[in-house]
Amino acid sequence: MNLSEIKYGQKATVVKVCDNELSLKLMEMGLLPGETVSLENIAPFGDPIAIRVGEYKMCLRLEDASFIEIKLTS
Amino acid sequence: MIKNLSVALVGNPNSGKTSLFNALTGLNYKVSNFPGTTVEKKIGVCKLSDNKKAELIDLPGTYSLYPKSADEVVTYDLLRNSPETNYPDLVLFIADASNLKRNLLLLSQVADLGVPVILALNMVDIAERRGIFYDEKLLSNALNIPVVSINARKRTGVHEIKKILLEEHHNTVKYFDPEFPQPDFIEKICAITDKKNHYAALQYAINASIFTTTKSKEIKELFEKYHFDARAFQEKEILHRYRVIDDAVRISRKQKEGSFTKSLTKSADKILTHRFAGLFLFLLLMFLVFQAIFSWSSYPMSWVEIAFTKSSEFIASSLPTGILNDLIVHGVLAGLSGVMVFLPQIIILFAFIAILEDVGYMARVGFIMDRIMRPFGLNGKSIVPLIGGMACAVPSIMSSRSIENKKERLITILVTPLMSCSARLPVYALLISMLVPDGSSWGPFNLKGIILMLMYVIGFAAAMFSAFIFKYFVKAETKNHFLMELPGYKLPVIQNILIILYDKGKAFVWGAGKIIVAVSVILWALASFGPSDKMQSIDKKYAEVLSQPNQNIEAIKTQKSSEKLQASYAGEFGKLIEPAIRPLGFDWKIGIALLTSLAAREVFVGTMSTIYSVGGNGSIDDLSSIQHKMSIETDSVTGKPVYSTATVLSLLIFYAFALQCMSTVSVVRTETKSWKWAGVQFVYMTALAYLSCLLIFHIVS
Repeated sequence: MNLSEIKYGQKATVVKVCDNELSLKLMEMGLLPGETVSLENIAPFGDPIAIRVGEYKMCLRLEDASFIEIKLTS
Repeated sequence: MIKNLSVALVGNPNSGKTSLFNALTGLNYKVSNFPGTTVEKKIGVCKLSDNKKAELIDLPGTYSLYPKSADEVVTYDLLRNSPETNYPDLVLFIADASNLKRNLLLLSQVADLGVPVILALNMVDIAERRGIFYDEKLLSNALNIPVVSINARKRTGVHEIKKILLEEHHNTVKYFDPEFPQPDFIEKICAITDKKNHYAALQYAINASIFTTTKSKEIKELFEKYHFDARAFQEKEILHRYRVIDDAVRISRKQKEGSFTKSLTKSADKILTHRFAGLFLFLLLMFLVFQAIFSWSSYPMSWVEIAFTKSSEFIASSLPTGILNDLIVHGVLAGLSGVMVFLPQIIILFAFIAILEDVGYMARVGFIMDRIMRPFGLNGKSIVPLIGGMACAVPSIMSSRSIENKKERLITILVTPLMSCSARLPVYALLISMLVPDGSSWGPFNLKGIILMLMYVIGFAAAMFSAFIFKYFVKAETKNHFLMELPGYKLPVIQNILIILYDKGKAFVWGAGKIIVAVSVILWALASFGPSDKMQSIDKKYAEVLSQPNQNIEAIKTQKSSEKLQASYAGEFGKLIEPAIRPLGFDWKIGIALLTSLAAREVFVGTMSTIYSVGGNGSIDDLSSIQHKMSIETDSVTGKPVYSTATVLSLLIFYAFALQCMSTVSVVRTETKSWKWAGVQFVYMTALAYLSCLLIFHIVS
């Protein structure tokens, strides 16, 4: 599954950041394979979403989140 | 003389850089431009010991040395130029301890450029609340650089930083050493980029297209020849750096009790980004800001007014009557007081924006607004320049540098000046007070505050409408994304806010003050003098009238002044453009003000004050408020009040839409690097203003 499908209360680890123009930036921001992510907030109108990556919180659009492959851990 | 130590302050956004800069330098700083650009450079002086000082350069926050946005380019641009004379002797790197890994990525890149780095570990208290403790010594050993725990907001650890800065020698370290199968490749890269350090050379080669087109072509050919894949290299670099960082963090970190999940930020965000409550609270907050601008400012405003009236009276009565007295009282002071009286309102507005930014709320506004902004070709990050535009378009247009996508950034720049800025506030305040009697309310709310808020809504609506149109005309180079950190909420630091208010207040008083004094003096001269034959004939005519007995001398003097104003150079000027602005409901006196406020909107009020002061009968009682003078003004032809509802509304709209700000034009030129977009902006905004006024005036009257 990918990050855009994550639900409240779920924890996941990043499997792969698919190759696109944003992937380097995402990796610099700490979205690396093996990193733990969870859903924090959803903006009004359902998009973008705020996620917790490692020790901080960042937000991104659903479209960009769909390039991040994840595996649920709980 | 001992050379000052030159220190660059580098760090991620939201790591507390500004707080540390303020803690180290206090008010001892200067804002200038990087040579040949308008990029602001903030340099502060920090006293290290009795005979040694450090010069601290504040650089924009960035996440990496591969810049994605214009503000990141500024930081990279300073750090890449190692042969230059103003290159820093060392880098003071500030990192957020509650999020150390990501912060250290940039640190490791900076260190690999070959500049000594000192790590200031900030927000240790927040990390500890989450159960994360770092051992300074172990971290320092693992990274092989000096580490100091600080609390920039509480100003602790400053002394320790100074102690390290005073040390004789500073080490350089290396975390990542690029290796290549073909050694001649990196030699060629070093030659072409004129750098000795392999990593610095390669990094510049990858970023070259930002700075040079000729070299960038050569580099591209070289990359192709040696089958060098820049992307794959960067990916390898990031993974390598994070491995090194992971090791260092693991060695020095102790996990104890505490958690992220119970944090205040988490509960606050549940409400503030909630789909209904979040939007509602944002609108409510904006509403309260506008209420506050009017209600809190009334006392300080009346103090400023009294101060100016008293000094005008004092100068008018103590200086001998004549041209100098006239110039100071009716030229300079009249112009200045008209604008300075709004300083309290401007300070209140800037205070709100600075506090919302410092607390961390602005990022949330971007988050909740992104979906709404998208159909208009904008981005959640556009909201910060747009809201900042309510204070001043110039720094806001600069703050659009954080928007990575060029199209979204350009549209943000083009529409930001439609947001009602603080320079319009004096104009709005004056015109609204002519529209609504004092003390009117709508339920428990101040009616003036509501109309003012409406003006801001109109400005915002016009900005969104224009953005929607521009979306179809501006070409996109890359896809647009929205990727942003949501920093934890923090209490605002009063000192940081006060420094911002001091800066902005000073800039307003001096910046606007200089223009206004100059314009007032010129205007006073143009309004007091005219073609000598006409002026003389008026003097002669009134000399005869006044020589007759039993006259209402005051009334005749007023009539004389007003006739003289019409005959003056300023009057002729206003008359010249009157045909063009008559359809909007403006007379020639307003025409003069429109022309003088072409450079800066707030000059309108000063001009009106000067015109009506020169046109008055010159007695001391005549120093009453400009608002009163304008409201009793009648049209010499029709005898009706000049400032009818239709005219005032039309004027309000004109000032809401027209681009009367030379500073904005010049900042847009430098930020877009072309006159084209500055021109497009000036023309479209002026056209929008003219057509809207035409419409409004005809509908209402």
